[in-house]
Amino acid sequence: MSFALSEGQVIAKYDAHFSRDSLVRYAGASGDFNAIHYRDDVAQQVGLPGVLAHGMLTMGTAIQPVVDFFGDPGRIVDYQVRFTRPVPVDTEAGADVHITATVAKDLGEGLWRIDLKVTLGEQTVLGKSQAIVRAA
Amino acid sequence: MNPELAGKVYPPTEPYLVGREKIREFAHAVQATNPVHFDVAAANEAGYDDLVAPPTFTIVVQQRGLDQLLADESAGIELTRVVHGDQRFAFERPIVAGDELTVQFKVAGVRALGGNAMVTTEADIFDAAGEKVAASFATLVVGGDS
Repeated sequence: MSFALSEGQVIAKYDAHFSRDSLVRYAGASGDFNAIHYRDDVAQQVGLPGVLAHGMLTMGTAIQPVVDFFGDPGRIVDYQVRFTRPVPVDTEAGADVHITATVAKDLGEGLWRIDLKVTLGEQTVLGKSQAIVRAA
Repeated sequence: MNPELAGKVYPPTEPYLVGREKIREFAHAVQATNPVHFDVAAANEAGYDDLVAPPTFTIVVQQRGLDQLLADESAGIELTRVVHGDQRFAFERPIVAGDELTVQFKVAGVRALGGNAMVTTEADIFDAAGEKVAASFATLVVGGDS
């Protein structure tokens, strides 16, 4: 299976909702039990506004629309992000993160760079968020 | 944070056996929907021997390497002061259930930035046959005492 791709093409959009439950679930699934992801008092002690989402939860979720588009996680050959801004997760409202995946560059030999824009409100939370995908 | 940690290589971790339920649990946690993460028949049909882990499941295995650094008293790192700065994975193949994976973890560099330390780490992940499955590159920002 191969894909007709062109630079600038938006291939997927996804709105992810994170609640405090999502963070507890991710902590258990990943083994990352840093208390800043489930205790406001500990987060505040180290100068944070409150509980934050695990950066790896945001990174792991942001690639999912790309996996869905290409239909096979094995097509992802490289994936990187910078954690540029924290994602605070309110006890009631949670956090809504918006993900847009755009074809950025034909790297040749069937490999394409896909850029992810990941925002919370008006702010980008993941910088330099890029996946390299085997599309053919 | 001890600057002399740069270049330190930790011994390979004990093998991590990748379980089906762990893959399903992780896939749910990152809102994955592809059936190859949940349904063995679907994974087989897609050409895999067993359930396929989501790409960032690699961090779960890498964590075993990072735990060595966090437990290292000569490093002096307190977990609640650690913030993930950046992360990159280079995949040789997807991780599948049944894999027995070991991690070779290394501190690539330590540099001061303001009152913080930027710690760059590299983890190579190998299967039971000694073939490389993935490499994980992470920068950790370790906060100073406040």
